[in-house]
Amino acid sequence: MIDGWLLNLLLIIVKSVVLTVVLLVYLAYAIYIDRKVWAAVQLRRGPNVVGPWGLLQSFADMLKFVLKEPVIPDTANKGVFLLAPFVTAMLAVAAWAVIPVNDGWAVADLNVGILYIFAISSLGVYGIIMAGWASNSKYPFLSALRSAAQMVSYEVSIGFVIITVLLCAGSLNLTEIVRAQDSQYGILGWYWLRLLPMFIIFFISALAETNRPPFDLVEAESELVAGFMIEYSATPYMLFMLGEYVAILTMCALLTILFFGGWLPPVNIAPFTLIPGVIWFVLKVTFFFFFFAMVKAFVPRYRYDQLMRLGWKVFLPISLVMVIVVAGILQFAGSAGAN
Amino acid sequence: MAVAFFYLFSAVLIASAFAVIVSRNPVHSVLFLILAFVNGAGLFLLAGAEFLAMILVVVYVGAVAVLFLFVVMMLDVDFAELRQGFSKHLPVGAAVGAVVLGELGLVALGWQSAPGAKEAAAAPIIAGVSNTAALGQVLYTKYFLFFQASALVLLTAMIGAIVLTLHHRPGVKRQKIEEQNARTRDNVIEIKKVPSRAGV
Repeated sequence: MIDGWLLNLLLIIVKSVVLTVVLLVYLAYAIYIDRKVWAAVQLRRGPNVVGPWGLLQSFADMLKFVLKEPVIPDTANKGVFLLAPFVTAMLAVAAWAVIPVNDGWAVADLNVGILYIFAISSLGVYGIIMAGWASNSKYPFLSALRSAAQMVSYEVSIGFVIITVLLCAGSLNLTEIVRAQDSQYGILGWYWLRLLPMFIIFFISALAETNRPPFDLVEAESELVAGFMIEYSATPYMLFMLGEYVAILTMCALLTILFFGGWLPPVNIAPFTLIPGVIWFVLKVTFFFFFFAMVKAFVPRYRYDQLMRLGWKVFLPISLVMVIVVAGILQFAGSAGAN
Repeated sequence: MAVAFFYLFSAVLIASAFAVIVSRNPVHSVLFLILAFVNGAGLFLLAGAEFLAMILVVVYVGAVAVLFLFVVMMLDVDFAELRQGFSKHLPVGAAVGAVVLGELGLVALGWQSAPGAKEAAAAPIIAGVSNTAALGQVLYTKYFLFFQASALVLLTAMIGAIVLTLHHRPGVKRQKIEEQNARTRDNVIEIKKVPSRAGV
């Protein structure tokens, strides 16, 4: 009995450690891809010095951050100041606990998986507010207020987009949502086609939720110096960057699971079905990450009032109406509550 | 293992609730309040109410407490000034506290649960029906009218808040998105032929 749960606990710890290590190594290369794509768009070479083709650049950066001296401002509220980057990084990684990278490959296969991710990502704003307030400096505080308003606004439309997917899938469990997209039509049966407007709204809201360009008003250099992390240096700064990029990967994974069939192959024919699901999942996440990088490279930054208008006056009404439309169609087609 | 987690969540919950009222910095108070909410959600999870736990985090921690934090951060609290009238107001404050405590005690002692409530609470969770689905099935059928009524109350509160805070001041320059979008090349740019050495 005792051995049973001890073994269980050990298994969970091993799974979590493996997932975190793989995620962080993948993250190092995601940052590399981000910089390479951005450089290619601007006709530069990007990182190309450390290691062959610059492949070890992210690790060199990490080493640099860790070896630097963390500077804590004299007037900062020290406890909260140091807590903020940890909160950001921990929450970002914690969301991955429920993400199924293959059929049944989730550390915790929660019944309310999607709600868990929604809850965790709604907590992400605390890291930013705490950092902005604890720095005891004007620009970080302004930036934290902006960011909080932005994230809270776009969470609303993300919530409604998720509701439409839930209505179609009939479950809050992420594994079940992917299974509901499995059909003989392959890629055409996934929800991105059936819920095309919601897919686009979710992608744009994900950009805003993770404070990526064109919605990176949090760290608009021309207005706010460098946003809420001006006062941060060395390891705390690295934790912020880590949290930010892991949150982006979480959003890519969510796009993959909700709209792009998770681990399912795009065509249900022999050579494609033989490739393991994990590889499809990683490929899809990388595909969306590539779009995140491209958007960063060629879309100019929004003005703050435009950003708020887009969230509240365009996305919110559209997604609200779509929830009613999707629910109505499901009800009249007789497939509501089918599974 | 569940028992150990129960004591962990409960202990942190009580400690952080205590810290809310004793910490000097109001922002720290709100942060402790958030910790208390999260531990409350943990207790819900242990009780098998996973949907309530997640909603508690989404609504209270993710939205309500953010607004608290905003307000508290904006306040410029002078602690010396706060403590000045402490002894003067102490008797009144203590009296109000005592009355509230007494009333709470009366309510707690005179509590009677509805017939059948205890049996329902002790009944095992039905297998095959997830917590969320079960809640939805009673909420949208048996308690549909109450659900709609509470939604109406919230709607009224929302409209009330907007009406109270929204006031249009005349003479304020605003961005008019429609006008900005209506600008085209023809009505914005004027092309002139400028002869050499003559100017416009």
